[in-house]
Amino acid sequence: MNLKLNQLDQIFVIVNHWLLGYLPPAVRPLCSSILSIALIIVTFALLFAITTVLERKGLGRIQNRFGPNRVGPCGFLQPIADGIKSLTKEDIVPNPADHAVHFLAPVLLVAAAFMAYAVLPIGRNMILVDLNAGVLYFFAIGSLMELAVFMAGWSSRSKYSLLGAMRAIAQMISYEVPLVLASIVVIMQAGSLSTVSIVNMQATYTGIWPHWFVFTPWGFAGFALFMIAATAESNRSPFDLPEGESEIIAGYYTEYSGFKFALFFLGEYIGMFATSAMAITLFLGGWSAPFSFLTWIPSYFWFFAKLLTIILTFIWVRGTLPRLRMDQLMNLAWEFMLPMTLLNLLTAGVWHFMSAGVLRWLICGAMVVVPCILLSRGLKQRKKFQVRKYHFSE
Amino acid sequence: MVGKGIIKGMVETARNFLGSYVSKQRLTTIQYPEERAPQIEAARNFPFLVFDGTDAERGLRCVACQICEKECPPKCIFIEKSKDKKPDATGRMQFYPATFNIDISVCMSCQICVEVCPFDSIKMDVVYDLSNNDRFAGLLLHKQQLAKSNEYYNTIHPTEAAAVDAHFAEERAKAAAKVKAAAEAKLAAEAKAAADSNAKAETPLADTQAQPVGGGTR
Repeated sequence: MNLKLNQLDQIFVIVNHWLLGYLPPAVRPLCSSILSIALIIVTFALLFAITTVLERKGLGRIQNRFGPNRVGPCGFLQPIADGIKSLTKEDIVPNPADHAVHFLAPVLLVAAAFMAYAVLPIGRNMILVDLNAGVLYFFAIGSLMELAVFMAGWSSRSKYSLLGAMRAIAQMISYEVPLVLASIVVIMQAGSLSTVSIVNMQATYTGIWPHWFVFTPWGFAGFALFMIAATAESNRSPFDLPEGESEIIAGYYTEYSGFKFALFFLGEYIGMFATSAMAITLFLGGWSAPFSFLTWIPSYFWFFAKLLTIILTFIWVRGTLPRLRMDQLMNLAWEFMLPMTLLNLLTAGVWHFMSAGVLRWLICGAMVVVPCILLSRGLKQRKKFQVRKYHFSE
Repeated sequence: MVGKGIIKGMVETARNFLGSYVSKQRLTTIQYPEERAPQIEAARNFPFLVFDGTDAERGLRCVACQICEKECPPKCIFIEKSKDKKPDATGRMQFYPATFNIDISVCMSCQICVEVCPFDSIKMDVVYDLSNNDRFAGLLLHKQQLAKSNEYYNTIHPTEAAAVDAHFAEERAKAAAKVKAAAEAKLAAEAKAAADSNAKAETPLADTQAQPVGGGTR
């Protein structure tokens, strides 16, 4: 790689160093962190704004509508109008609500969502802190969001909020298990909990092909399971039961209005980006280019290209699938996802101890595909279709 | 195969997404202020008053009989009768409304006023962009705003208006015939009186008593 391209790749790092050069050495670490945090917050808040308009337009097109097309060119200034609207709205707090907790819940949600970005490598050398337990930190921070959701539901003193929070907690805790188990295969292979070394392991090439973990049987299965669990974690369709508007209005944020509501919205999307970014880091090679001859394109470009692809897939899935029922959701988590992730651990182990070759591919591929088919068939056969009896309503 | 349904659905939505950019027929949305959906003939929302000719004040068909005011279920019509009279649509001298107000924020578009009007003077309008800054005075329509020409009525409800016009033409012809007959009778009587000069002159009885017109059409 020649020097000029390298500079373009490292432009943010270079600018950061240049700016810090003007400061006394004592405050440099602090200012460096503040600068990076501000940049992360601004970038991902902007990405959130773009995503909302893309989502509304995409869903519209999927339903053969136009979507927003009035504010600005092709409606792309819609988020600004939405922001102004939510800022000018009255902030209503229910009288019996626990005011302090009611206020803290959206703040905590957004803060927790942004804290997860500390360990996500956005580009080469572009990471806030390279923790040696980065993946662990990520999942620990991820569970803070559950606390925020429950705080919102509990403090609102509304039955819809409480039902929504209950659903959200049940769902998020259930799917946390397959989420973490699906990512363990990568940790097994990489031998490290540091996100930087996980990405560095994948940023090597054989010929033109990269060594992304998704291009292995266990990696592919892990990626699919991780993405399903991530969808449920971020409460997105088809797992959007906590805010199923046809049943419980808006779930745990029923009693929120104005900018607090917008903060919840922001927190959910930021959390979704964070889990998507984690999936990219673990399985899709982080900031590395998909082919060796494309490495001259800056690393952060690849990261955001992958992130946008995943976001668009999320939107596509949301436009396609109907919402699950509560028991279907739980059955999927405990009867399908959990056994599959546990089997995937075994597959990753077998892959690790077998020598490279076609045989390894065949055995590990069979270890993924056969249980998947058998498990889903078995679950299907156990289902009996019958007229449901309502014990309490007759 | 597991997940076949999901893939099928994803393909379908992708087809919708791409198709909406290719074929305009897929997009059923009408971009409202710029373009409007064609209106069907039976469309209706709030009542208006029909006038004949060009002068809204003189051509107003309404004779202030106040039937609509009495029949209106939400009581959104207010009429004040005039003191003097003016010729109505068929030429007879009638009262006219000095004030005719309809509060369309109260009106429920039931069309009963139209059903009961014996003079075919109140009809249903099709104008729907009525948003206003003043929800009280802005939605209280006065006679000047309510009065709309017969030509306008013909454009929004052609079939119905043609029937009404035919009926009016018949009535006018009848009235004209009556006037003619009365004039002839008067002439004959005068001739008779002139011939029979010795006898006491008798004034011929002119048929001035007005009969209600219309109403029989429905």
